[in-house]
Amino acid sequence: MDLADLYRDVIVDHNRNPRNFRKIPPPCEHAEGLNPLCGDKLQVYVRVDADDRIEDVSFEGSGCAISVASASLMTESLRGLTRPEAEALYDRIHGMLTGTEEADIDTVGKLAALAGVRAYPSRVKCASLCWHTIHSALAGGGVVSTE
Amino acid sequence: MSEATLRATPPAVAFDVEAVRQDFPVLHQDVHGKPLAYLDSAASAQRPTQVIEAMGEYYRRDHANVHRGVHTLSQRATEAFEGAREKISGFINAPSSREVIFTRGTTEAINLVAQSWGRTNVGPGDEIVISYLEHHANIVPWQMLCEQTGATLRVIPMTQSGEIDLAAAETIIGSRTRLLAFGHVSNALGTIHPVAALVKLARAAGALVLLDGAQGVPHMRVDVQALDCDFYAFSGHKLFGPTGIGVLWGREALLRDMPPWQGGGDMILSVSFEKTTYNDLPWKFEAGTPHIAGAIGLGAAIDYLEQIDFDAAAAWEQELLHYGTATLGAVDGLRIIGTAPHKAAVISFALEDVHPHDIGTIVDHAGIAIRTGHHCAMPVMEYYGVPATARASFAFYNTKDEIDRLATALLQAREVFA
Repeated sequence: MDLADLYRDVIVDHNRNPRNFRKIPPPCEHAEGLNPLCGDKLQVYVRVDADDRIEDVSFEGSGCAISVASASLMTESLRGLTRPEAEALYDRIHGMLTGTEEADIDTVGKLAALAGVRAYPSRVKCASLCWHTIHSALAGGGVVSTE
Repeated sequence: MSEATLRATPPAVAFDVEAVRQDFPVLHQDVHGKPLAYLDSAASAQRPTQVIEAMGEYYRRDHANVHRGVHTLSQRATEAFEGAREKISGFINAPSSREVIFTRGTTEAINLVAQSWGRTNVGPGDEIVISYLEHHANIVPWQMLCEQTGATLRVIPMTQSGEIDLAAAETIIGSRTRLLAFGHVSNALGTIHPVAALVKLARAAGALVLLDGAQGVPHMRVDVQALDCDFYAFSGHKLFGPTGIGVLWGREALLRDMPPWQGGGDMILSVSFEKTTYNDLPWKFEAGTPHIAGAIGLGAAIDYLEQIDFDAAAAWEQELLHYGTATLGAVDGLRIIGTAPHKAAVISFALEDVHPHDIGTIVDHAGIAIRTGHHCAMPVMEYYGVPATARASFAFYNTKDEIDRLATALLQAREVFA
């Protein structure tokens, strides 16, 4: 496994310049994600419109390059999806990160860049934290922890 | 190199590190196609063949339960187990091996004192004093005790260099203090704390002193009588011995008055439904079948340390610390966290713009094992305003070449994120 497969350019770029790195003012759904092992802490905000479509999604927080890039990529991918579409993407990403599903660039787009983490079991949680957090936000909010 | 620089360089230590490395089979392997550089001994040290063999030999030849049988194997097991206690007692210069209690590790040893001594001797209005630099294992047991007894936990602040603030300690340690508990050496930063000065403050206040020696024992010769503490706790696996075994040393008079904290076999002299008579020290605190092989392995680790000349090994570690501090300190963008003048061979650091977990993964690809995270010392991380640090920790089997490789790998980490 080459290190460049983990730290792909797109991940380095999203870590350096995270997209949608901001709060969304209420009303919106919000959840907090914690990875006590790393000290990662993410706030995820999502606003869903009357048609059940994600109108805006953002995050704030601190973490390693994998967790920041994953959250940044996530916010780009989710905007415009309906809630069921977002949940389906959550399932696919979860499968991709844990190795039960192949990374398919047609269905997950840029998020396929995260597939490299599956070779690093200790880093899978870094990439999945934001996804668990958005899952919680869409289900009404709360705090999720990887432990 | 100028003459002045030459004079400033610490003298080379006569220690044959290559010979010692031959005793550690785990060091001779490739990780990601590179020779392993194990720089994480503060988390857990590696074991020499002599320890692995002593445990293997015990299981192959001598295993039986201890203190129970009249048969030959049980006697051999008992002799080996109690022999290990004697070795440990000598190693830390305990006045008597009755004061050496086997535990699962440092954590259990501290919990033993908190629950047995603490619940008997601490009440509302009393104070337990710890420092800001403690490992969670020397924080949480005291928080639990305070919740149970109504006592108050007080914390001596730390300074920017990573030392215990002695001036503040003078105002915090007082007539309400029942016990002062602090680390001999900080696990997160490597600071060697001023035991004598703190013991003096505690004695003046009439308080007892517990030292968390998990990071002390592996780096220097420990003499519990010279330290003048009341309890000293340490773990086998950080002392090149097995996991799952550790030691609580305590003054006999204190241990005698303390109630058992776990009940069961081995800790009794007689049991009836009306009355149980507890066993003598040290077995009063060792309920159930102990980790016999672990104790034997720890004894073998101590034999090994004496055989290689522990003092020379400790001096070599100090040389690695000096070399590592200079070499890593020269890496562009690297900040060493914890700059006390007296340190064990531990270097905690932050690398500008690169998160410690990314550092950990990148240097792992170069075959180098370091610890990244909060090091079970979250208050210390909070003090420096970082979620985590990267930490290289050295044992006597490490080399300067490994430190050079770490510095190179850190430059690569910076490049990945440049």
